[in-house]
Amino acid sequence: MENLVSIGVRSIFVDNMIFAYFLGMCSYLAVSKKVSTAFGLGMAVIFVLGVTIPINWLIQNYILTQGALAWISQDFANVDLTFLQFIIFIAVIAAMVQLTEMVVEKFSPALYGSLGIFLPLIAVNCAILGGSLFMVGRPYNLAEASVYGLGSGIGWMLAIVALAGVREKMKYSNVPGPLKGLGITFILVGLMSLGFLSFLGFSI
Amino acid sequence: MSTAVAEVEVVEKKSEPLFSKKSRKLISNPLDIDNPITVQVLGVCSALAVTTQMKPAIVMTIALTIVTASSNVIISLLRNTIPSRIRIIVQLAIVSLWVILVDQLLKAYSYDLWKQLSVYVGLIITNCIVMGRLEAFAMGNKPGPALLDGIGNGLGYGLILLIVGFFREILGGGSIFGFKIFEAMGLHYQGNGLMLLPAGACFIVGIVIWVQRSLNGYRESH
Repeated sequence: MENLVSIGVRSIFVDNMIFAYFLGMCSYLAVSKKVSTAFGLGMAVIFVLGVTIPINWLIQNYILTQGALAWISQDFANVDLTFLQFIIFIAVIAAMVQLTEMVVEKFSPALYGSLGIFLPLIAVNCAILGGSLFMVGRPYNLAEASVYGLGSGIGWMLAIVALAGVREKMKYSNVPGPLKGLGITFILVGLMSLGFLSFLGFSI
Repeated sequence: MSTAVAEVEVVEKKSEPLFSKKSRKLISNPLDIDNPITVQVLGVCSALAVTTQMKPAIVMTIALTIVTASSNVIISLLRNTIPSRIRIIVQLAIVSLWVILVDQLLKAYSYDLWKQLSVYVGLIITNCIVMGRLEAFAMGNKPGPALLDGIGNGLGYGLILLIVGFFREILGGGSIFGFKIFEAMGLHYQGNGLMLLPAGACFIVGIVIWVQRSLNGYRESH
Protein backbone atom coordinates (compact mmCIF):
# COMPACT_ATOMS: atom_id res chain seq x y z
CA MET A 1 0.00 0.00 0.00
CA GLU A 2 2.77 2.40 0.99
CA ASN A 3 4.54 1.36 -2.16
CA LEU A 4 1.51 2.30 -4.28
CA VAL A 5 1.27 5.76 -2.71
CA SER A 6 4.95 6.30 -3.33
CA ILE A 7 4.65 5.27 -7.01
CA GLY A 8 1.64 7.54 -7.42
CA VAL A 9 3.37 10.57 -5.92
CA ARG A 10 6.55 9.93 -7.88
CA SER A 11 4.71 9.63 -11.20
CA ILE A 12 2.73 12.83 -10.61
CA PHE A 13 5.50 15.12 -9.38
CA VAL A 14 9.01 13.71 -9.77
CA ASP A 15 8.80 11.71 -13.01
CA ASN A 16 6.29 14.12 -14.51
CA MET A 17 5.59 13.17 -18.15
CA ILE A 18 6.10 16.74 -19.37
CA PHE A 19 8.78 18.19 -17.13
CA ALA A 20 11.02 15.15 -16.83
CA TYR A 21 10.52 13.31 -20.14
CA PHE A 22 8.90 15.84 -22.54
CA LEU A 23 6.24 13.33 -23.52
CA GLY A 24 3.09 14.66 -25.16
CA MET A 25 4.62 18.04 -25.91
CA CYS A 26 2.80 18.58 -29.22
CA SER A 27 -0.70 18.66 -27.83
CA TYR A 28 0.67 20.22 -24.63
CA LEU A 29 1.81 23.28 -26.59
CA ALA A 30 -1.14 23.36 -28.99
CA VAL A 31 -4.10 22.98 -26.61
CA SER A 32 -2.84 25.06 -23.67
CA LYS A 33 -4.36 28.39 -24.73
CA LYS A 34 -7.51 28.08 -22.59
CA VAL A 35 -7.85 26.53 -19.14
CA SER A 36 -11.21 24.86 -19.86
CA THR A 37 -10.05 23.06 -23.02
CA ALA A 38 -6.78 22.12 -21.35
CA PHE A 39 -8.70 20.60 -18.45
CA GLY A 40 -10.91 18.58 -20.82
CA LEU A 41 -7.95 17.19 -22.72
CA GLY A 42 -6.19 16.47 -19.43
CA MET A 43 -9.16 14.40 -18.22
CA ALA A 44 -9.22 12.46 -21.50
CA VAL A 45 -5.49 11.74 -21.16
CA ILE A 46 -5.95 10.52 -17.56
CA PHE A 47 -8.71 8.17 -18.73
CA VAL A 48 -6.80 6.77 -21.70
CA LEU A 49 -3.55 6.34 -19.72
CA GLY A 50 -5.37 4.80 -16.75
CA VAL A 51 -7.02 2.20 -18.99
CA THR A 52 -4.29 1.40 -21.53
CA ILE A 53 -1.43 0.84 -19.10
CA PRO A 54 -3.10 -2.03 -17.17
CA ILE A 55 -4.29 -3.59 -20.48
CA ASN A 56 -0.82 -3.33 -21.96
CA TRP A 57 0.65 -4.77 -18.75
CA LEU A 58 -1.57 -7.85 -19.14
CA ILE A 59 -0.63 -8.18 -22.82
CA GLN A 60 3.05 -7.79 -22.07
CA ASN A 61 3.10 -10.34 -19.26
CA TYR A 62 0.72 -12.96 -20.64
CA ILE A 63 1.46 -12.78 -24.38
CA LEU A 64 4.61 -10.94 -25.37
CA THR A 65 7.54 -11.68 -23.06
CA GLN A 66 9.63 -14.78 -23.46
CA GLY A 67 7.91 -17.76 -21.90
CA ALA A 68 4.70 -15.79 -21.29
CA LEU A 69 2.69 -18.12 -23.52
CA ALA A 70 3.44 -21.10 -21.26
CA TRP A 71 -0.10 -20.79 -19.85
CA ILE A 72 -1.47 -22.12 -23.17
CA SER A 73 0.81 -25.11 -23.51
CA GLN A 74 4.40 -26.08 -22.79
CA ASP A 75 5.17 -26.01 -26.52
CA PHE A 76 5.04 -22.22 -26.51
CA ALA A 77 7.35 -21.79 -23.51
CA ASN A 78 10.24 -20.52 -25.66
CA VAL A 79 8.29 -18.12 -27.86
CA ASP A 80 9.45 -14.51 -27.60
CA LEU A 81 7.12 -11.98 -29.22
CA THR A 82 8.68 -8.82 -27.76
CA PHE A 83 9.37 -7.42 -31.24
CA LEU A 84 5.61 -7.07 -31.74
CA GLN A 85 5.43 -4.78 -28.69
CA PHE A 86 5.14 -1.47 -30.54
CA ILE A 87 2.45 -2.49 -32.99
CA ILE A 88 0.28 -4.23 -30.39
CA PHE A 89 0.55 -1.40 -27.86
CA ILE A 90 -0.38 1.18 -30.48
CA ALA A 91 -3.35 -0.92 -31.59
CA VAL A 92 -4.67 -1.09 -28.01
CA ILE A 93 -4.19 2.66 -27.62
CA ALA A 94 -5.93 3.48 -30.91
CA ALA A 95 -8.90 1.30 -29.93
CA MET A 96 -9.18 2.92 -26.49
CA VAL A 97 -9.02 6.39 -28.00
CA GLN A 98 -11.80 5.51 -30.43
CA LEU A 99 -13.88 4.38 -27.45
CA THR A 100 -13.16 7.57 -25.49
CA GLU A 101 -14.14 9.61 -28.51
CA MET A 102 -17.51 7.88 -28.74
CA VAL A 103 -18.14 8.29 -24.99
CA VAL A 104 -17.25 11.99 -25.00
CA GLU A 105 -19.35 12.63 -28.11
CA LYS A 106 -22.35 11.00 -26.46
CA PHE A 107 -22.14 12.55 -23.00
CA SER A 108 -20.51 15.94 -23.54
CA PRO A 109 -21.00 17.34 -27.06
CA ALA A 110 -19.67 20.76 -25.93
CA LEU A 111 -16.35 19.28 -24.82
CA TYR A 112 -16.29 17.16 -27.99
CA GLY A 113 -16.65 20.30 -30.09
CA SER A 114 -13.94 22.23 -28.26
CA LEU A 115 -11.40 19.37 -28.31
CA GLY A 116 -11.96 18.92 -32.04
CA ILE A 117 -9.08 17.26 -33.84
CA PHE A 118 -7.10 16.75 -30.62
CA LEU A 119 -9.28 13.94 -29.34
CA PRO A 120 -8.38 11.45 -32.10
CA LEU A 121 -4.83 12.74 -31.87
CA ILE A 122 -4.53 11.44 -28.29
CA ALA A 123 -3.79 8.16 -30.09
CA VAL A 124 -0.56 9.68 -31.32
CA ASN A 125 0.15 11.52 -28.06
CA CYS A 126 3.57 10.24 -27.07
CA ALA A 127 2.64 10.38 -23.36
CA ILE A 128 0.31 7.40 -23.84
CA LEU A 129 2.71 5.11 -25.72
CA GLY A 130 5.61 6.43 -23.64
CA GLY A 131 3.77 5.47 -20.46
CA SER A 132 3.35 1.90 -21.71
CA LEU A 133 6.99 1.66 -22.78
CA PHE A 134 8.27 3.00 -19.44
CA MET A 135 5.97 0.58 -17.62
CA VAL A 136 7.54 -2.34 -19.52
CA GLY A 137 11.01 -1.22 -18.51
CA ARG A 138 10.17 -1.17 -14.79
CA PRO A 139 9.37 -4.20 -12.62
CA TYR A 140 5.78 -3.22 -11.77
CA ASN A 141 2.98 -5.64 -10.90
CA LEU A 142 -0.58 -5.04 -12.12
CA ALA A 143 -1.66 -2.79 -9.23
CA GLU A 144 1.52 -0.73 -9.42
CA ALA A 145 1.17 -0.38 -13.17
CA SER A 146 -2.41 0.89 -12.83
CA VAL A 147 -1.37 3.44 -10.20
CA TYR A 148 1.53 4.49 -12.41
CA GLY A 149 -0.82 5.02 -15.37
CA LEU A 150 -3.27 7.11 -13.37
CA GLY A 151 -0.48 9.09 -11.71
CA SER A 152 1.21 9.93 -15.01
CA GLY A 153 -2.13 11.10 -16.40
CA ILE A 154 -2.77 13.31 -13.38
CA GLY A 155 0.73 14.76 -13.66
CA TRP A 156 0.15 15.55 -17.35
CA MET A 157 -3.18 17.23 -16.59
CA LEU A 158 -1.61 19.27 -13.80
CA ALA A 159 1.10 20.47 -16.16
CA ILE A 160 -1.23 21.45 -19.00
CA VAL A 161 -3.73 23.25 -16.73
CA ALA A 162 -0.91 25.19 -15.06
CA LEU A 163 0.55 26.23 -18.42
CA ALA A 164 -2.86 27.24 -19.75
CA GLY A 165 -3.39 29.40 -16.66
CA VAL A 166 -0.11 31.22 -17.24
CA ARG A 167 -0.73 31.61 -20.98
CA GLU A 168 -4.16 33.18 -20.37
CA LYS A 169 -2.41 35.90 -18.35
CA MET A 170 0.36 36.21 -20.95
CA LYS A 171 -2.10 37.99 -23.26
CA TYR A 172 -1.72 41.12 -21.15
CA SER A 173 2.06 41.20 -21.12
CA ASN A 174 4.30 42.91 -23.62
CA VAL A 175 6.42 40.17 -25.16
CA PRO A 176 8.93 41.05 -27.94
CA GLY A 177 7.39 40.29 -31.35
CA PRO A 178 9.52 37.36 -32.55
CA LEU A 179 9.27 35.69 -29.15
CA LYS A 180 5.47 35.84 -29.06
CA GLY A 181 3.52 32.61 -29.01
CA LEU A 182 5.74 29.56 -29.28
CA GLY A 183 9.05 31.08 -28.17
CA ILE A 184 7.84 32.47 -24.86
CA THR A 185 5.87 29.28 -24.24
CA PHE A 186 9.03 27.19 -24.43
CA ILE A 187 10.77 29.48 -21.96
CA LEU A 188 7.74 29.24 -19.66
CA VAL A 189 7.84 25.44 -19.83
CA GLY A 190 11.53 25.61 -18.93
CA LEU A 191 10.83 27.75 -15.88
CA MET A 192 7.98 25.49 -14.76
CA SER A 193 10.22 22.46 -15.17
CA LEU A 194 12.80 24.13 -12.89
CA GLY A 195 10.00 24.60 -10.35
CA PHE A 196 9.08 20.92 -10.52
CA LEU A 197 12.74 20.03 -9.85
CA SER A 198 12.12 20.99 -6.24
CA PHE A 199 10.08 17.79 -5.89
CA LEU A 200 13.22 15.77 -6.59
CA GLY A 201 14.08 13.53 -3.70
CA PHE A 202 10.53 13.89 -2.40
CA SER A 203 9.30 10.53 -1.15
CA ILE A 204 6.72 9.06 1.16
CA MET B 1 20.75 0.71 -40.34
CA SER B 2 22.62 0.39 -43.64
CA THR B 3 20.03 -1.85 -45.31
CA ALA B 4 17.25 0.60 -44.55
CA VAL B 5 19.24 3.46 -46.07
CA ALA B 6 19.92 1.39 -49.19
CA GLU B 7 16.21 0.68 -49.59
CA VAL B 8 15.34 4.34 -49.45
CA GLU B 9 17.90 5.15 -52.14
CA VAL B 10 16.47 2.55 -54.49
CA VAL B 11 13.08 4.18 -54.21
CA GLU B 12 14.61 7.56 -54.93
CA LYS B 13 15.97 6.47 -58.29
CA LYS B 14 12.51 5.58 -59.53
CA SER B 15 11.14 9.12 -59.19
CA GLU B 16 13.03 10.56 -62.15
CA PRO B 17 11.85 14.16 -62.63
CA LEU B 18 13.84 15.22 -59.59
CA PHE B 19 15.37 18.59 -58.76
CA SER B 20 12.87 20.74 -60.55
CA LYS B 21 12.27 24.04 -58.76
CA LYS B 22 9.15 22.68 -57.09
CA SER B 23 10.77 19.55 -55.74
CA ARG B 24 13.77 21.50 -54.47
CA LYS B 25 11.32 23.62 -52.46
CA LEU B 26 9.96 20.43 -50.86
CA ILE B 27 13.40 19.86 -49.37
CA SER B 28 14.43 23.43 -48.59
CA ASN B 29 11.18 24.78 -47.12
CA PRO B 30 11.17 22.50 -44.06
CA LEU B 31 14.69 23.68 -43.25
CA ASP B 32 13.57 27.23 -42.56
CA ILE B 33 10.16 28.81 -43.21
CA ASP B 34 8.22 25.58 -42.80
CA ASN B 35 10.39 23.92 -40.17
CA PRO B 36 8.59 21.00 -38.50
CA ILE B 37 9.72 21.93 -34.99
CA THR B 38 9.84 25.71 -34.81
CA VAL B 39 6.96 26.54 -37.17
CA GLN B 40 4.66 23.53 -37.45
CA VAL B 41 5.29 22.61 -33.76
CA LEU B 42 5.50 18.90 -34.48
CA GLY B 43 7.81 16.29 -32.97
CA VAL B 44 8.92 18.44 -30.05
CA CYS B 45 9.14 15.64 -27.47
CA SER B 46 12.06 13.75 -28.89
CA ALA B 47 13.74 16.97 -30.04
CA LEU B 48 14.06 18.01 -26.41
CA ALA B 49 14.77 14.60 -24.97
CA VAL B 50 17.63 13.25 -27.09
CA THR B 51 19.67 16.43 -27.41
CA THR B 52 21.88 16.30 -24.32
CA GLN B 53 24.64 15.16 -26.69
CA MET B 54 25.10 15.41 -30.44
CA LYS B 55 25.65 11.75 -31.26
CA PRO B 56 22.21 10.49 -30.20
CA ALA B 57 20.72 13.56 -31.89
CA ILE B 58 22.24 12.53 -35.24
CA VAL B 59 21.19 8.89 -34.88
CA MET B 60 17.67 10.01 -34.00
CA THR B 61 17.59 12.27 -37.08
CA ILE B 62 18.63 9.41 -39.36
CA ALA B 63 16.04 7.09 -37.83
CA LEU B 64 13.27 9.67 -38.14
CA THR B 65 14.18 10.61 -41.72
CA ILE B 66 14.09 6.97 -42.79
CA VAL B 67 10.75 6.37 -41.10
CA THR B 68 9.12 9.57 -42.39
CA ALA B 69 10.32 9.17 -45.97
CA SER B 70 9.47 5.49 -46.30
CA SER B 71 6.06 5.67 -44.65
CA ASN B 72 5.27 8.76 -46.74
CA VAL B 73 5.98 6.75 -49.90
CA ILE B 74 3.91 3.74 -48.81
CA ILE B 75 0.92 5.82 -47.68
CA SER B 76 1.10 7.81 -50.88
CA LEU B 77 1.00 4.60 -52.93
CA LEU B 78 -2.01 3.40 -50.93
CA ARG B 79 -3.73 6.79 -50.70
CA ASN B 80 -6.64 5.91 -53.02
CA THR B 81 -7.40 2.57 -51.37
CA ILE B 82 -7.41 3.57 -47.68
CA PRO B 83 -10.95 4.19 -46.36
CA SER B 84 -10.86 7.55 -44.61
CA ARG B 85 -12.58 6.34 -41.40
CA ILE B 86 -9.83 3.90 -40.49
CA ARG B 87 -6.90 5.80 -41.97
CA ILE B 88 -5.25 6.58 -38.62
CA ILE B 89 -5.01 2.89 -37.75
CA VAL B 90 -3.62 2.07 -41.21
CA GLN B 91 -1.06 4.86 -40.91
CA LEU B 92 -0.05 3.74 -37.42
CA ALA B 93 0.40 0.16 -38.61
CA ILE B 94 2.67 1.18 -41.48
CA VAL B 95 4.69 3.57 -39.32
CA SER B 96 5.13 0.93 -36.60
CA LEU B 97 6.40 -1.51 -39.20
CA TRP B 98 9.22 0.87 -40.13
CA VAL B 99 9.94 1.79 -36.53
CA ILE B 100 10.22 -1.89 -35.57
CA LEU B 101 12.73 -2.37 -38.40
CA VAL B 102 14.81 0.65 -37.37
CA ASP B 103 14.63 -0.36 -33.70
CA GLN B 104 15.78 -3.94 -34.37
CA LEU B 105 18.63 -2.75 -36.64
CA LEU B 106 19.79 -0.24 -34.04
CA LYS B 107 19.61 -2.90 -31.32
CA ALA B 108 21.65 -5.30 -33.46
CA TYR B 109 24.38 -2.96 -34.67
CA SER B 110 24.74 -0.28 -32.02
CA TYR B 111 23.44 -1.56 -28.71
CA ASP B 112 24.87 1.25 -26.54
CA LEU B 113 23.15 3.97 -28.53
CA TRP B 114 19.95 1.96 -28.52
CA LYS B 115 20.09 1.86 -24.72
CA GLN B 116 20.79 5.59 -24.55
CA LEU B 117 17.85 6.48 -26.81
CA SER B 118 15.66 4.06 -24.80
CA VAL B 119 11.96 4.61 -25.40
CA TYR B 120 12.44 7.49 -27.81
CA VAL B 121 13.08 5.24 -30.82
CA GLY B 122 9.78 3.48 -30.16
CA LEU B 123 8.16 6.85 -29.75
CA ILE B 124 8.91 7.72 -33.40
CA ILE B 125 5.61 5.87 -34.02
CA THR B 126 3.75 8.63 -32.25
CA ASN B 127 6.07 11.37 -33.42
CA CYS B 128 3.77 14.06 -34.73
CA ILE B 129 6.08 14.84 -37.66
CA VAL B 130 5.49 11.42 -39.17
CA MET B 131 1.73 11.47 -38.61
CA GLY B 132 1.44 15.13 -39.55
CA ARG B 133 3.21 14.69 -42.88
CA LEU B 134 1.21 11.55 -43.68
CA GLU B 135 -2.05 13.42 -43.08
CA ALA B 136 -1.05 16.72 -44.63
CA PHE B 137 1.03 15.59 -47.60
CA ALA B 138 1.20 11.87 -48.40
CA MET B 139 -2.59 11.40 -48.44
CA GLY B 140 -2.90 13.84 -51.34
CA ASN B 141 0.31 13.57 -53.35
CA LYS B 142 2.25 11.19 -55.60
CA PRO B 143 5.02 8.98 -54.14
CA GLY B 144 7.89 11.02 -55.64
CA PRO B 145 7.05 14.35 -54.00
CA ALA B 146 6.00 12.47 -50.85
CA LEU B 147 9.49 10.97 -50.59
CA LEU B 148 11.11 14.39 -50.97
CA ASP B 149 8.72 15.89 -48.44
CA GLY B 150 9.60 13.14 -45.96
CA ILE B 151 13.34 13.65 -46.43
CA GLY B 152 12.99 17.43 -46.21
CA ASN B 153 11.05 17.29 -42.97
CA GLY B 154 13.48 14.78 -41.51
CA LEU B 155 16.34 17.14 -42.31
CA GLY B 156 14.50 20.17 -40.94
CA TYR B 157 13.99 18.24 -37.70
CA GLY B 158 17.65 17.23 -37.72
CA LEU B 159 18.79 20.84 -38.18
CA ILE B 160 17.07 21.99 -35.00
CA LEU B 161 18.24 18.88 -33.14
CA LEU B 162 21.84 19.58 -34.09
CA ILE B 163 21.66 23.24 -33.08
CA VAL B 164 20.08 22.40 -29.72
CA GLY B 165 22.41 19.42 -29.21
CA PHE B 166 25.46 21.53 -30.04
CA PHE B 167 24.68 24.20 -27.43
CA ARG B 168 23.60 21.69 -24.79
CA GLU B 169 26.71 19.55 -25.19
CA ILE B 170 29.22 22.39 -25.38
CA LEU B 171 27.71 24.41 -22.52
CA GLY B 172 26.73 21.42 -20.41
CA GLY B 173 29.84 19.27 -20.76
CA GLY B 174 32.35 21.40 -22.67
CA SER B 175 32.60 18.87 -25.50
CA ILE B 176 31.50 18.25 -29.10
CA PHE B 177 30.72 14.66 -30.14
CA GLY B 178 32.33 13.60 -26.85
CA PHE B 179 35.57 15.44 -27.72
CA LYS B 180 36.61 17.67 -24.79
CA ILE B 181 37.27 20.84 -26.74
CA PHE B 182 38.19 23.15 -23.88
CA GLU B 183 40.64 20.63 -22.39
CA ALA B 184 42.26 20.27 -25.82
CA MET B 185 42.85 24.03 -25.91
CA GLY B 186 44.37 23.87 -22.43
CA LEU B 187 41.49 25.67 -20.73
CA HIS B 188 39.41 24.51 -17.82
CA TYR B 189 35.64 24.48 -18.28
CA GLN B 190 33.18 23.85 -15.48
CA GLY B 191 30.12 22.23 -17.10
CA ASN B 192 26.84 24.04 -16.67
CA GLY B 193 24.42 21.53 -15.19
CA LEU B 194 21.35 23.55 -16.18
CA MET B 195 21.91 22.69 -19.85
CA LEU B 196 21.66 18.97 -19.10
CA LEU B 197 18.34 19.41 -17.31
CA PRO B 198 15.05 19.37 -19.24
CA ALA B 199 14.74 23.11 -18.52
CA GLY B 200 17.93 23.90 -20.43
CA ALA B 201 16.52 22.27 -23.58
CA CYS B 202 13.35 24.38 -23.34
CA PHE B 203 15.33 27.61 -22.95
CA ILE B 204 17.54 26.81 -25.95
CA VAL B 205 14.61 25.89 -28.21
CA GLY B 206 12.87 29.12 -27.11
CA ILE B 207 15.95 31.15 -28.02
CA VAL B 208 16.38 29.33 -31.36
CA ILE B 209 12.78 30.21 -32.22
CA TRP B 210 13.39 33.82 -31.17
CA VAL B 211 16.46 34.13 -33.40
CA GLN B 212 14.83 32.37 -36.35
CA ARG B 213 11.74 34.55 -36.20
CA SER B 214 13.71 37.77 -35.88
CA LEU B 215 15.57 36.76 -39.05
CA ASN B 216 12.64 35.65 -41.22
CA GLY B 217 10.08 38.10 -39.85
CA TYR B 218 7.46 35.47 -38.95
CA ARG B 219 5.09 36.72 -36.23
CA GLU B 220 2.39 34.95 -34.27
CA SER B 221 -0.70 36.95 -33.41
CA HIS B 222 -1.39 35.81 -29.90
